[in-house]
Amino acid sequence: MLSSDQVLHVARLARLELTPEEVERFGGELSKVLDHIELIGQLELEDVPPTSHVIDVENALRADEPRPSMPVERALESAPDAAEGGFRVPSPGAS
Amino acid sequence: MSTEYEPVIGLEIHVQLKTRTKMFCGCELSFGEEPNTRTCPICLGLPGTLPVTNAQAVQYGIMMGLALGCEIAPRSIFHRKNYFYPDLAKGYQISQYDIPLCLGGRLGDVRIHRIHLEEDAAKLVHVGASGRIHGSEASVVDYNRGGTPLAEIVTEPDLRSAEQARDWLQLLRETLRQLGVSDVNMEEGSLRCDANVSIRPKGTHALGTKTELKNMNSFRYVMQGINAEIARQTALLESGESVTQETLHFDPVSGRISSLRSKEEAHDYRYFPEPDLVPIVPTPEMMAAAEAAIPELPADREARYESDFGIPTDTAHLFAYEPTWGTYFERVAVEGNRDAKAAAIWVTELRTRLGADADPHKSAVVPAQLAALAALVAAKKVTAGSARTVLDKMVETGDHPDRIAEAEGLTVMEDSGELSQIVAKVISENPDVVEKVRGGNAKAMGALVGPIMRETKGRADGGEVNRLLREQLGV
Amino acid sequence: MIELTAKQAADAIRSGDLDANEYFEFYRQRAASDPYNSYTWVAEKAPEIDTRKPFAGVPIAIKDLFCTEGIPSQAGSKILEDYRPPYTATSVDRLTTHAGGTLLGKTNQDEFAMGSSTENSAYGPTLNPWDTSRVPGGSSGGSAAVVAGATAPWSIGTDTGGSIRQPAALTGIVGLKPTYGAISRYGMIAFASSLDQAGPFTRDVTDSAMLLSAMVGADPCDQTSLGLPEPVRIPTANDLKGIRLGVPEELAGEGIEDGVLKAFNDTLELAKSLGATVETTHLPHAPHGLAAYYLIAPAECSSNLARYDGVRYGFRKSGASTLIDMYTQTREAGFGAEVKRRIMLGTYALSSGYYDAYYGRAQKVRTLISQDFKNAWDKFDFIVTPTAPGVAFELGSKTADPLAMYLNDFCTVPMSLAGIPAISIPNGLSEGLPVGFQIAGPAFSENRILDAALALEKAIGFDASKAYA
Ligand SMILES: [Mg+2]
Ligand SMILES: [Zn+2]
Repeated sequence: MLSSDQVLHVARLARLELTPEEVERFGGELSKVLDHIELIGQLELEDVPPTSHVIDVENALRADEPRPSMPVERALESAPDAAEGGFRVPSPGAS
Repeated sequence: MSTEYEPVIGLEIHVQLKTRTKMFCGCELSFGEEPNTRTCPICLGLPGTLPVTNAQAVQYGIMMGLALGCEIAPRSIFHRKNYFYPDLAKGYQISQYDIPLCLGGRLGDVRIHRIHLEEDAAKLVHVGASGRIHGSEASVVDYNRGGTPLAEIVTEPDLRSAEQARDWLQLLRETLRQLGVSDVNMEEGSLRCDANVSIRPKGTHALGTKTELKNMNSFRYVMQGINAEIARQTALLESGESVTQETLHFDPVSGRISSLRSKEEAHDYRYFPEPDLVPIVPTPEMMAAAEAAIPELPADREARYESDFGIPTDTAHLFAYEPTWGTYFERVAVEGNRDAKAAAIWVTELRTRLGADADPHKSAVVPAQLAALAALVAAKKVTAGSARTVLDKMVETGDHPDRIAEAEGLTVMEDSGELSQIVAKVISENPDVVEKVRGGNAKAMGALVGPIMRETKGRADGGEVNRLLREQLGV
Repeated sequence: MIELTAKQAADAIRSGDLDANEYFEFYRQRAASDPYNSYTWVAEKAPEIDTRKPFAGVPIAIKDLFCTEGIPSQAGSKILEDYRPPYTATSVDRLTTHAGGTLLGKTNQDEFAMGSSTENSAYGPTLNPWDTSRVPGGSSGGSAAVVAGATAPWSIGTDTGGSIRQPAALTGIVGLKPTYGAISRYGMIAFASSLDQAGPFTRDVTDSAMLLSAMVGADPCDQTSLGLPEPVRIPTANDLKGIRLGVPEELAGEGIEDGVLKAFNDTLELAKSLGATVETTHLPHAPHGLAAYYLIAPAECSSNLARYDGVRYGFRKSGASTLIDMYTQTREAGFGAEVKRRIMLGTYALSSGYYDAYYGRAQKVRTLISQDFKNAWDKFDFIVTPTAPGVAFELGSKTADPLAMYLNDFCTVPMSLAGIPAISIPNGLSEGLPVGFQIAGPAFSENRILDAALALEKAIGFDASKAYA
């Protein structure tokens, strides 16, 4: 069972703000899913290599040739708070 | 008696690679363009976009590995380093983690731990209070730099002083500059250095607790910062306290060191293999192309200048680390029938006049003429002193040294009758000196050479002057 | 017009028997008045139609998560409400610009493709045209419902752990998940990058082949795209002579509803009558697929969804005065419960100290499952299973129990983990609701799978028109 401290720690890493009810609910739900998932803990996996890609491709590199960038208006067109030619955010230093 | 401490220093260097485009998209690299004019859906991290690795960045990485004697991984992969910050468009940085492109290696007396490829973050510009976010500070993100290719070089903790760290960093910079993989400009941020610093009682081997020192954007600051941190750690240990492992910021203005991340929770980057990118498996063709693109590097060049040209070590070193001057020197030496030592002397003289940063190939002095000047001196047609005057004129006018020496009357006086008369005149004008010489003080004769040289306007050969003096003084 | 398959319509348009604009307008009006909440956006008028192109004038519906330039692409999420990308996904571009298909609308889906019922959409649930009290499956439920309900002749969706095959099964249509890498992922809003793959929803197998043929191909914008080693053919098989079918006990027994199992076994008999041999076999690690999947997919999604931070595009919660508040409040208000649940799960699985126990182990299980399939190909041409363990379930019946919902993907997840192609074809009815028959083959065996699927389709003789007639 995940403790509420663990749930809060994970939520903070994931930048999610959870209400106390959500903390409790997620704790229970995640624990249940993890219990099921932990079945793979029974498998003997010592000598098994991990698979991160199912396809057998290597390199697939791109030539160092410029492609046109977007005009700044286009880059900013979906920005929630565009200002001074950029994307405005609350200052990371502010608290 | 107090314990003597030994610093143990390792460096982590981020090098911006000199590709045309970014690491994972086709945007051109930015050099001070207007904010957000060098972006595309990929480097803005728009939904649905995918990175594609720049072949040139990989080649530069391999070149660096080969030049620093690393083993190039037969198969390396990218990972995602996950953390939230506005300068990170995707919420993760694509970097290499446990299987980097290059492993091991050495430059000078410092071992290289690894070199890996990654993408640079964007730039955050802090602005004042805004209407929207009432009463609080705001920042504006400029993604032009986001996605610039970086190579991160990590050394083993082999450095033992701040001065050594600075000198080694300069060696690394020159090596990378000559490799042509980066602009390696610390002030502009294309070369960035962090230092891991710890101290331990001299003579012991266990490593002390290290701190990571950031933001040293000049060679001087690297030295000052490390020295300040060594002093801080020494003071801590001497007062019976202990060093805490943390990231520190060096303020070059105050010289003070402060903790960078005390408040935030410890970082948990949740690295995992980047599923959008496939492994880099350098083919024989890729290796050969990287190998072929590596120019002669300073250490090799220095050795060659010493062995092939027989010039002194310090001059060889100078020409090796200033390859433009080295190349020019080689041309002068060839023009001068491989009288390389003389060529080295006169190229050094020219460098003093033009400045180390100048390109001698673009000066008025062509290699053949500088070789001709060296030949004039070797043939005793002009004295070394006159030759310097000739060189001044050559820099000014680009004339041939023969013509300048002739026109300015700087050729050595071949008529020993004339010189003999001048010697006699100077002897007669300095009876007190003559008395000393005759009294057994041979050194005093030197006082007569100056006035003779003045009379001859430096055209007299020093050996001949001495011979005539001895003859006429009967010593 | 409604009876025409997409291929028949394309042929009729090319021969001049059908007017492309009329055909488009017919579907546009059906889509605009769609009763199942299958669409999140519908075109307002017919675009220019170039009748020289193969799909000229055949309208196509596209899952919301495919980026379409200037057209809302919201991935079923509030955090991307009215987001209009500045570019179009490669696969969509192939279908429209290159093949001449006309974009009819964007279809509803589970938020960021996380779900098996299309109930996790910020734009409301999609209803199953066979029974509007039931779900159409998911996550590509909208794309399934538009074909089943004939508000589009065909559509495309994405499959990460079953999101094409399961809704196809639950709505009585054909859904194909190609080999991982056959179709470019560029422009598909990512859920789990190592698993996501686009594919067609069609009324029949022939349309499936035709739609697939236009989507496949390596793309320089996607390093993991390979295309297919040979062009996709229009299938022609009438029988299954010499075909060896393997039935894995692990995926075709326990946990499957009786009616679904009966339909499955009936079709195995049909297959034998068409000349196939049918043999029980084992995929010993397949039952662990779900656990591995529910680690790998959430881990990747926790990272893929980090970009939704309110900085560059999409929703931002107003009023936050600090950066951290802006992040957490934006993501709290912008994401739905299932997305948050999976981000939490994935973040936890990757976090310091847990990687080896969770993500690392899951990657190893993935290796074992791939190996199980490779072993199977020594003896069999295809592995066949029921597509989903049950028929379409009632709206709201599984939303309270994530694990029960996840079990829907039990039969489809192993193929996703192995990256191999699999098709679901309609396999009759159980309790009056469609069930699916899944055929999986080795990587790049799409042509052979389509042939086998065609032969079975003819033999099964499923009538899809009940849902829209
Ligand atoms: Mg780094
Ligand atoms: Zn870009």
